[in-house]
Amino acid sequence: MPEIFVLAEHRQGQLRDITFEMMTKGRELAQKTGSELVAVLFGKDVKAHAKALAEHANKVLLVEDARMENFNSDAYQKAITQLIGERKPLLTLIGHTSYGLDLAPSLAVSLEMPLATDCIDIGFENETLTVTRQMYGGKVNVTSSLRKAQSYVATVRQAAFQVKSEAPLNGQIIEVPSPLSEETAGKRFVQYVPPPPGGVDIAAAPVLVGVGRGIKDVSNIPVVEELAKTLGGVLACSRPIVDKGWLPTDRQVGSSGKTVKPKLYLALGISGAFQHILGMKASDLIIAVNKDPKAPIFGVADYGVVDDLFKIVGPLKNKTQEIKGHK
Amino acid sequence: MDVIVCVKHVPETAEADIKIGASGKTIEKSGLVFDINEWDDYALEEAVRLKEKFGGTVTAITMGGQDAESTLRKCLARGADQAIRLTDPKFEGSDGYATAKILAKVVKNLPFNLILTGAQADDDGYGVVGPALAELIGVPHATMVKKIELSGQVARVNRELEGGFEEIVEVGLPAVLAVQTGINEPRYVSIMGTRKAMQKEVKIVDLTGTGLGDGDVGEAGSWIKVEKMYVPPVEKQAEFLKGTPDDVASKIVEILKAKGVI
Repeated sequence: MPEIFVLAEHRQGQLRDITFEMMTKGRELAQKTGSELVAVLFGKDVKAHAKALAEHANKVLLVEDARMENFNSDAYQKAITQLIGERKPLLTLIGHTSYGLDLAPSLAVSLEMPLATDCIDIGFENETLTVTRQMYGGKVNVTSSLRKAQSYVATVRQAAFQVKSEAPLNGQIIEVPSPLSEETAGKRFVQYVPPPPGGVDIAAAPVLVGVGRGIKDVSNIPVVEELAKTLGGVLACSRPIVDKGWLPTDRQVGSSGKTVKPKLYLALGISGAFQHILGMKASDLIIAVNKDPKAPIFGVADYGVVDDLFKIVGPLKNKTQEIKGHK
Repeated sequence: MDVIVCVKHVPETAEADIKIGASGKTIEKSGLVFDINEWDDYALEEAVRLKEKFGGTVTAITMGGQDAESTLRKCLARGADQAIRLTDPKFEGSDGYATAKILAKVVKNLPFNLILTGAQADDDGYGVVGPALAELIGVPHATMVKKIELSGQVARVNRELEGGFEEIVEVGLPAVLAVQTGINEPRYVSIMGTRKAMQKEVKIVDLTGTGLGDGDVGEAGSWIKVEKMYVPPVEKQAEFLKGTPDDVASKIVEILKAKGVI
């Protein structure tokens, strides 16, 4: 029976959410293609993870090796190359995460398997892989087809697929001997670096004013910060603002920053790249101000204003102060 | 320390109004401002800083038509010593894999200790070229790079992980590093630098120059091709508040009051 592989992603003892999201999509694809869903797990002392995956898979292929205690694209590539060579899966799903980005392209080149990255939907048409992706920062969707092949690789965007609760599959756990030899890999894991401690805990703030590229210049930070204070909240931001050094890392909302759920998230000049949306979409109330009516942020906001944010900030601050003054 | 930096000339779309072109496979590019891909801008800066610290050369490479030359001129103005433009009508439609194959043939003839790319391009967002190139030329790689420290023949790099974490990994040189935004603060170009850059030669390499065949490049040599481009469907659409800024501010305040936020 053909197989669909899902490469399990874990870090510091935790299976990452993307793993279960891929298992959900993988199961649907396995049903459609008459395949078995096979979870592939690499690590050291990860039998508990294997059991958790077995619930959702027809099989779990487990390779335990101290050299894969932490993710290492070199070691992972060698290990999965052996499994793909032996079992020739129709498709291998890998997370479009920092780990997946480090592994999938070189793996695909080495095995000459066509690769589609950052997929938000995946299917087969006439035995050819067809995917949906986004381009231009999420402003357009694209349906793409891949070159016809026996075996494909796709990386899957985080949170693109919702985990469904389905009947357990209770698959078999198959322990596979590690193919890694003593030779030192081209890449060596040294250590993790946690986020710097201290700073402002934006995840605890009831009101967040999030700013993005639309604020244009660092000199505009104080005026939005004043608004945040008036609203009883603090300033947060999207990635470009931290990249430019306008606000510290602890203010960043999104997949590479913090996930927040304030009572109000006021997004000013944020277009809404999916990485940012992942971090704030669960907020109770989202109001967005952006010049572009087609900005993706309006797809998650409850209320939207299509205008220059600086025209709104002043009046909004004044009117909030009036209300608060009357209380 | 000879560094090659691979850059892409892309439209700035973060705040632009995007329209889908008549073919339904590309966006309407007229009216858009093109510049160096944001990730590559950081890679270029990192390359120049490495040259300033360790000596050596920086070679900037791009693939694209005549208009892409402005991005190479920017690289020269910012400190690149030489620039190469890969151009051929047959290169059109190349995905990350086909692009990596073309680059692999070109870098083979250049001296380098390190190749830097952006972690992804702002337009297609494939995130493939850097690590695919590394595999094709048989050197190690690291992606999502937020810090580079070189000692001897080893690069010690910080890779960005999710949730504010990073990891430190070591790779032997030569290597390909795909740079994440925010790794440094790209410098401004002086007018003098821009003038000097105008006088430098940009080397052109076409399909024949790469030694590849028609089937290796463009759509024929790619893994993935665009079939259809469309406006993303929205699950939910914000209720738009209209009026003068004062009206809008009043409406927002009413909503905040009603929801108990203020």
